Amino acid sequence: MTELPVRVLVAKPGLDGHDRGAKLVARALRDAGFEVIYTGIRQKPEVIASIALQEDVDLVGLSILSGAHLGLTRKTVEALRAAGAGDVKVVVGGTVPQSDVQALLDMGACAVFPTGTPIESLVAEVRRITGAGAPSTN
Amino acid sequence: MPEGEFRTEAGLVVERCYGPEHSGPDAFARIGEPGEFPFTRGNHPGGYRDRLWTFRQYSGFGTPEWSNERYKLLLEQGGTGLSVAADLPTQIGYDSDDPDVEEEVGRVGVALDSLADAEILFRGIPLDRISTSWTVNGTAAIMLAFYVAVGAKQGVPRAKLRGTIQNDILKEYVARGTWIWPPSPSIRLIADTIEFCAEEVPRYNAVSVAGAHFRDAGANAAQEMAFTLQDAVTYCDEIVGRGRMTIDQFAPQVSFFFYTHNDFFEEVAKYRAGRRRWAHIVRERYGAEKPSSSMFRFGVVCGGWTLQARQPHNNIVRVAYQAMAAVLGGVQSMFTAAWDEPFALPTEASTTLALRTQQILAHETGVTRTVDPLGGSYFVEALTDEMEEKVVGIMADLEARGGMVRCIEDGYVQRLIADESAAVQRRIDSGERVVVGVNRYETDEPVPALEPPVMDDAARKLQLDRLAEVRRTRNTRAALDALAGLRAAARGDANLMPPLVRCVEEYCTVGEITSELKDVWGEYQQPTVF
Repeated sequence: MTELPVRVLVAKPGLDGHDRGAKLVARALRDAGFEVIYTGIRQKPEVIASIALQEDVDLVGLSILSGAHLGLTRKTVEALRAAGAGDVKVVVGGTVPQSDVQALLDMGACAVFPTGTPIESLVAEVRRITGAGAPSTN
Repeated sequence: MPEGEFRTEAGLVVERCYGPEHSGPDAFARIGEPGEFPFTRGNHPGGYRDRLWTFRQYSGFGTPEWSNERYKLLLEQGGTGLSVAADLPTQIGYDSDDPDVEEEVGRVGVALDSLADAEILFRGIPLDRISTSWTVNGTAAIMLAFYVAVGAKQGVPRAKLRGTIQNDILKEYVARGTWIWPPSPSIRLIADTIEFCAEEVPRYNAVSVAGAHFRDAGANAAQEMAFTLQDAVTYCDEIVGRGRMTIDQFAPQVSFFFYTHNDFFEEVAKYRAGRRRWAHIVRERYGAEKPSSSMFRFGVVCGGWTLQARQPHNNIVRVAYQAMAAVLGGVQSMFTAAWDEPFALPTEASTTLALRTQQILAHETGVTRTVDPLGGSYFVEALTDEMEEKVVGIMADLEARGGMVRCIEDGYVQRLIADESAAVQRRIDSGERVVVGVNRYETDEPVPALEPPVMDDAARKLQLDRLAEVRRTRNTRAALDALAGLRAAARGDANLMPPLVRCVEEYCTVGEITSELKDVWGEYQQPTVF
């Protein structure tokens, strides 16, 4: 168990406005005991990096359904490094073809959750990546 | 839900069996005849005997050249109308050379920067014979200006142009997210386009009030219909309130757009109830006298959120059932999504199959032979009544809370949708709601290997080169004058369409026009509710 709640930023980079999935993931992570911040849609990678830094998050979850996941993930990873937040983990979800998964991992994503990923396996994976323990039952 | 109780996905109670006791004494009067007020049974006495719905496949990607080729393919294959998918920069008002949007150019639709692109997009497509729908909202007025200008170049007068601009900004603030300016000036611009079409482009639907995106974001069928009608009321209030036009002058150019999901009879009831409710609203709230003002004309999309990445070929079957529900609900125009939509843009093969799904429905199943075949069904009429009642209740709640703009600005509508979406997800996770191949009958079928069309560097360069060429060769002085004219008009209350058409004809770009208006109107600030 970590002592403090793990903080997660759910972010929508680029121009894509489809945020049903982002909001569901945000709720599921909150219900699982994470502290969750949602950026809203249409955020620039530098803005996401600066929110990640200010909010001292452990992980950034990018949600991209426009097909622009390769470029936007690369830019966000670079922006995090440039902001001195290179230790923040990055995961990516959305309309990602299987053929792009390895490329996303290679550019620094810790996990990729293409459309159709069961929400419980997403939560478990985020827990593993952030080292968060099981939620306390109360 | 209590044991032994059956409900539709929107929570309407369904009885074991329906009979005459479920229709009130005035059932026939309430339903009416096809082609007669309140149009429960459809807008036209002859239904699909006289005219099939339009097969309109949403399409567009990459450059105008590529999209023009795809449009010609769809028309050759029997498509009967075009539906332009524009890329996100075009929809949100950025030019392709804006460094903030380089990842998005040509990605989910075609890149349109200036009239030069629109000319290529419709090259060889006769605009006096083919109708064109645009799923564009923030920049819809600019797309309308493009269309009018391309028509003029083809020698087609404005009065002959047919089609639809979606042009419904309110739902963009709630779902989909292609807003640009704050609600008030955005609604003004929409009202301007509606007035302009009423006067100049009389066969063009100036707005397609769209519930589809509420639905795909998580709203149920009743919420989808209620939010949509409340948005339509907001636009009509604005125009009528200006005092320049009566409802009968513009209502025939107001249309609607919805998602058709899986709950078959609920979808049929949704369309029949919506048609009747809108007829009453237009007549009773605004005093419309022309029958055509009260007609609820709608298009649908089948697919979206209901399509699954697991066992994806099942999606073909889902879309076919959805399409049949839409037809039994009396749809005017339909887009059937391709089975591979959860992964990427459709391939040529998958998009053709999606079109074939509609053609089989139209020509092989016989559902078009009689008008409103489900009319008079004890069950369908009862469900239609129940749906209408639920819609009326939701609309009354929105009005009581200060109207749609207020309910969007304070995040109320967003909250309702997020709650519904989360509730549905819980029902799926628990297995209460069955999704074949996802929470029942699962297999380890691998994800299919697809080769979707993607925007490559050469295509991007072509787009950027053309934009640079436009900037270099246009009459700069005339373009700047046109932009200044637009800015001045935006500060006053004259109709913005004439100055917009002038900007487009001088080859001002989408990004330039949008920024000009941002300077006057500012930008929308979103609430972040989840």
